[in-house]
Amino acid sequence: MSTQPDHAIAGRVDGTDRRLEARVCLQLGSLELDVRIDAAPGEVVAVVGPNAAGKTTLLRALAGLVPLSGGHIRIGSQVVEDPAARLRLSPQQRHVGVVFQQHLLFPHLSALENVAFGLRARGVSAADARTRAGTWLERVGLAGRERARPAALSGGQSQRVALARALATDPDLLLLDEPMAALDVDARRAVRRELKRHLSDFAGPTLLITHEPLEAISLADRVVVLEAGRVVQDDTPATIARRPRSNWAARLVGLNHYHGRLEAHTIILDNGARLTIAEPVATGEVMAVVHPRAVALHPERPTGSPRNVWQATVDALDIHHDHVRVHLEGPIPIVAQVSAASLADLDLTEGRTVWVAVKATEIDHWPL
Amino acid sequence: MSDRPVGSRSSAGAGPPRSVVVLGVVGLAVLVVPLFALTLRTPWLRSGTLLADPTVLSALRLSLTSSFAALAICTVLGVPLALLFARFDFPGKPFIRALAVLPMVLPPVVGGVGLLAAFGRRGIIGRPLEQLTGITIPFTPAATVLAATFVAMPFLVVAIESGLRLLDHRLEDAAATLGADRWTILRRVVLPMLAPSLAAGMALAWARALGEFGATITFAGNMPGRTQTMPLAVYLELERNPEAAYLLSFLLLAVSVTVLVALRDRFLNTS
Repeated sequence: MSTQPDHAIAGRVDGTDRRLEARVCLQLGSLELDVRIDAAPGEVVAVVGPNAAGKTTLLRALAGLVPLSGGHIRIGSQVVEDPAARLRLSPQQRHVGVVFQQHLLFPHLSALENVAFGLRARGVSAADARTRAGTWLERVGLAGRERARPAALSGGQSQRVALARALATDPDLLLLDEPMAALDVDARRAVRRELKRHLSDFAGPTLLITHEPLEAISLADRVVVLEAGRVVQDDTPATIARRPRSNWAARLVGLNHYHGRLEAHTIILDNGARLTIAEPVATGEVMAVVHPRAVALHPERPTGSPRNVWQATVDALDIHHDHVRVHLEGPIPIVAQVSAASLADLDLTEGRTVWVAVKATEIDHWPL
Repeated sequence: MSDRPVGSRSSAGAGPPRSVVVLGVVGLAVLVVPLFALTLRTPWLRSGTLLADPTVLSALRLSLTSSFAALAICTVLGVPLALLFARFDFPGKPFIRALAVLPMVLPPVVGGVGLLAAFGRRGIIGRPLEQLTGITIPFTPAATVLAATFVAMPFLVVAIESGLRLLDHRLEDAAATLGADRWTILRRVVLPMLAPSLAAGMALAWARALGEFGATITFAGNMPGRTQTMPLAVYLELERNPEAAYLLSFLLLAVSVTVLVALRDRFLNTS
């Protein structure tokens, strides 16, 4: 049912072309937000970025909970906000479904009544609303939990009720604010898979706010990186993961990242250290990344092909279940990923000195 | 004491200083001994006969009707007032809010004089009211209701206002994105979640209305069968029929204890 616009609900965008096209300008405290954001019908766009980048404010502005000072918001053929034209539809007047970070279920209502709330508020009869809410609870796998109060639901269940509540009114735009943040790691895995299915069933555009790169990459068709109220990158998840344009994104996807100036085959880093690369594709200011797996560690100075070799001190060890991330201090700070076996072979402990080698061909770079 | 290492007196295990214990116990006695004494003096065995006295009965009846009428008025007017205070900003709000809760600390007799000044036959509202409609309020049963409302409403307003401040605003945002207008949000989200605060505020306001003495005797007088409420009857019977006074006092004490037990989560929580 969600794939068709719902004509039982008054005042909605005509047709199936529910495209979001917006430029959100506003100031809130020290945050100055100026973000251009678009999403096609059916497209899932992840908005990622560090804390205080303005992600939640962007979501609240699109939902109509915070007024714009400039720009505009258009959903389908309808302009829902345009300060220059003194036009601003209230949250009630826009058909925007929101899944809030803490889910914000009404604690005094049952799961069924929570899902039926939006339908009732938009004029659907009580009996009809209950039937449709029941269908939605079934779709999110909560048949039998209709009468449960939010306090009796697990984190994953309450997230699913929140999703059903937002989707039940068949919104023109779906916004999700850190939908997994309130869940534990095990619940996340299950919910992520389901969420992906429900998002692909939804015909309108979806904006998913998250600070989890994995969440963004696994759920989104496109990723928008926000920093300090501005878009710093708008790309496919694959591109973001391979060629992050910001330090924040690079760190998040676990890459070693460097900013510097490229001259011939050498990148002169901001701290003066040098990295030799194989095939320069640009000159001037560049961003370079090295995957931690491409960083080799040796007890003695290695001989042979690697062009970038330096001595470093082990600063910290992050032990994961099948590998270890070794944080190294030296002329170029870098993280190496090694197997548990080589950890033992190299006798790596904090404070130990090792040789670092990175092949020139393993350094990816691009102009900024 | 002497073999304890230096510094242990301030640690948690050392207990409070003796002077604090003594003064604290005396303080407790001041609060508790009168209630204990009252319970001892209450003539249990004659309670049936005493309660059958027409003066006592009518005071009981008037007190119940007027305190519940006052509670109804407090609720209908106090809830909107608390909403205004908790959710909206307007010029002079701190000052206006202070005025609204002033009756909580005002000597009730001053409240009674104020009510007379407003609703008395020469009062700023009382005179035009009588000229236009022939209605007079002072020294009628309605005056007992008005006096009780005046002293009790601030308790309800304060309880609801603090309940409103504890509500998660974002739930109202969530309701708005689901299409609920302001009235629907109030009716289906805010008020149901406010129910515990509303119950607490109503219990407090009712207990205060039931016990009202000073404003009532000033503004409504003390006419048996017409404006003589339980507290006034207690005061009068103490001269004429002390046993009845003790019994009525005990009844009022029992009501207070019941209210306190009903609100134990709010007031008896020591953690």
